[in-house]
Amino acid sequence: MELTGAEIAIRCLQEEGVEYIFGYPGGAVLHIYDALFEQDKVKHILVRHEQAAVHAADGYARSSEKVGVALVTSGPGLTNAVTGIATAYMDSIPLVIISGQVPTYAIGEDAFQEVDAVGITRPCVKHNYLVKDVKDIATTIKKAFYLAKSGRPGPVLVDIPKDISNNKTEFDYPSSVSIRSYNPVGKGEIEQVKRAAKLLLEAKRPMVYSGGGVVLSGAASQLTELVRMLGFPCTNTLMGLGGYPATDKQFLGMPGMHGTYEACMAMQHCDVLIAIGARFDDRVVGNVEHFAQVPRKIIHIDIDPSSIAKRVKVDVPVVGDLKLVLEQLLVEFRNIKRKPNAKDLAAWWKQIDEWRVKGGGLRYKNSTEIIKPQFVIEKLYEITGGDAFVTSDVGQHQMWAAQYYKFNKPRRWINSGGLGTMGFGLPAAMGVQLINPGATVACVTGEGSIQMNIQELSTCKQFHLPIKLLSLNNRYLGMVRQWQEFFHGNRYSESYMDALPDFVKLAESYGHIGIRIDKPSDVEPAIKEAFSRKDDLVFMDFQTDPTENVFPMVPGGKGLSEVILSEDL
Amino acid sequence: MRHIISLLMENEAGALSRVAGLFSARGYNIESLVVAPTEDPTLSRMTIVTSGSDAVIEQINKQLNKLIDVAAVMDLSEGEHLERELMLVKVSALGQDREELKLMTDIFRGRIIDVSDKTYIIELTGTGHKLDSFLQAIDHGLILETVRTGASGIGRGGRILKL
Repeated sequence: MELTGAEIAIRCLQEEGVEYIFGYPGGAVLHIYDALFEQDKVKHILVRHEQAAVHAADGYARSSEKVGVALVTSGPGLTNAVTGIATAYMDSIPLVIISGQVPTYAIGEDAFQEVDAVGITRPCVKHNYLVKDVKDIATTIKKAFYLAKSGRPGPVLVDIPKDISNNKTEFDYPSSVSIRSYNPVGKGEIEQVKRAAKLLLEAKRPMVYSGGGVVLSGAASQLTELVRMLGFPCTNTLMGLGGYPATDKQFLGMPGMHGTYEACMAMQHCDVLIAIGARFDDRVVGNVEHFAQVPRKIIHIDIDPSSIAKRVKVDVPVVGDLKLVLEQLLVEFRNIKRKPNAKDLAAWWKQIDEWRVKGGGLRYKNSTEIIKPQFVIEKLYEITGGDAFVTSDVGQHQMWAAQYYKFNKPRRWINSGGLGTMGFGLPAAMGVQLINPGATVACVTGEGSIQMNIQELSTCKQFHLPIKLLSLNNRYLGMVRQWQEFFHGNRYSESYMDALPDFVKLAESYGHIGIRIDKPSDVEPAIKEAFSRKDDLVFMDFQTDPTENVFPMVPGGKGLSEVILSEDL
Repeated sequence: MRHIISLLMENEAGALSRVAGLFSARGYNIESLVVAPTEDPTLSRMTIVTSGSDAVIEQINKQLNKLIDVAAVMDLSEGEHLERELMLVKVSALGQDREELKLMTDIFRGRIIDVSDKTYIIELTGTGHKLDSFLQAIDHGLILETVRTGASGIGRGGRILKL
């Protein structure tokens, strides 16, 4: 039987086992929405802005191991989605975005709601397609899913013109697909794995630096086993939090711009650094010339060869899927039956412990008068037992959440690390809640970020998503204010948030519960009250200290050992 | 350093712009870029002349390989290779200049492929250096138009770029 292109597209999603898609209808996707209406396997979540559709699909993907799917119309539907697509691209999140396009005969004529979707998204997708024949829809969508989740994951866009979604053909979904010019790697080269193992055993001051790749590859248990077997110190980047349990004694905390003193110093002064699914980002190693001043051997394991030797010189590159490479390394160490030199390692740990004391751990001066933002995160961690899914927006609150919430499991910390997209937290939490029904989902945000996608409170009402929002409301774009204080002579140019809405009334007007918290003594009761309401979305508006800064801090352009500890402690 | 990179890519709409976009997005130089289908109509072959430090060239090769439409990449500069470029030059050819230009064209082993009462079109093939030399050798004031293809390259002997 012949099906329309639209029906084929939906059948493809069914075949891929897609449970939820996030989207917004419009002229160019009307046939696809019609096909969606005729079935109930794929459930559609109607967002209030296309950017949120992509972030929601993104949160869905990050918190599961599935591919997230978004559906948007042509023109503004697509351009609104671009920020979401770029966010997913920077963090290597597997998404398939289906966009409508004007009919093929109108392409290039500046038709109503026409935009060159493939052209606009090209720099921020893993790959994209414009489907020009209904016969190609099934294969193209199959390829899109395959590309999105294999190799280094990423978003793939499939642009379907309106006439193509209405033309008919036989539906035949391919069971597998191969692309001759695309061959993702599996295991690492065994010689390189052996060289890495040898170097690690010779290290006097070893350091394990793992990133988001560990989470994406599902290699957290292999990483944990390796680190414990060797007895080495380990740090997780912002994207890698949860890859190694944060409460473990071998964990040094996050490195980089707002990392711990001990993680920064250990990264700087180690003699062998093994980077696992991390990319020596500028926010992690700071000034690369400063970083290179200390001689150290670097082993770099990554699925993407272009991530290796991009910013720093690498001595032992290993290209492969981290999970498989770490298993190879584990086998290698079991075969060698040698342990790292205990005496050297003990001396190194002694040094690290001294740094731990000198850095004083993550700390802040609490107050009985004014709510300290760090205190809110500490209470959130305690009350949720460290087991919540935590999404965040971007800014100071994001750093405090990353610092003070101890993630022991992967895929629990959901944030826009690479692109730094404000407005990510709430829609991402919607995707997380849908794929993890019954789970505790908290969105840590600020009064700046939340207003970039606050309309999604409406979506949450429609689909009964009992997310808990913790807004650290300091009336400032806090991270901007912090940089202006440190580097721009206290000139707070446009960083004060005036004319804020009453967030309690706002939450209520969307049909949710809002709580305003002014006093430190009310923080714990409010969080407890909010999380006891299992079926309700609760918006907690914490009036926090507007002058609080994020520490430690490695200023932009500085080296890791030039980290500033809090001055008032 | 100057590098000449050859690649095979899917002969599909948009493939060229993926390569060109990569170079502009990451701030890499393109001195020239030549592309045309191969004997296999599903594949195009592209030759890119670029320059950069060793680290930049390594990244260019890796980033090109990462493009889904790119099937194979070879840095021709890493071994024995040949490169050729085609140039067409339209010159003003009047009086004594006609004989002089004919002579220079013969010396450079070019051909005059179009003659009018006032102009010649000269066809010349060779390395970029040779084409530059020709332009320097003739009277600059006589040049009306030049068009150059940019370099195409191929590995010598057993160096073969094929799927």
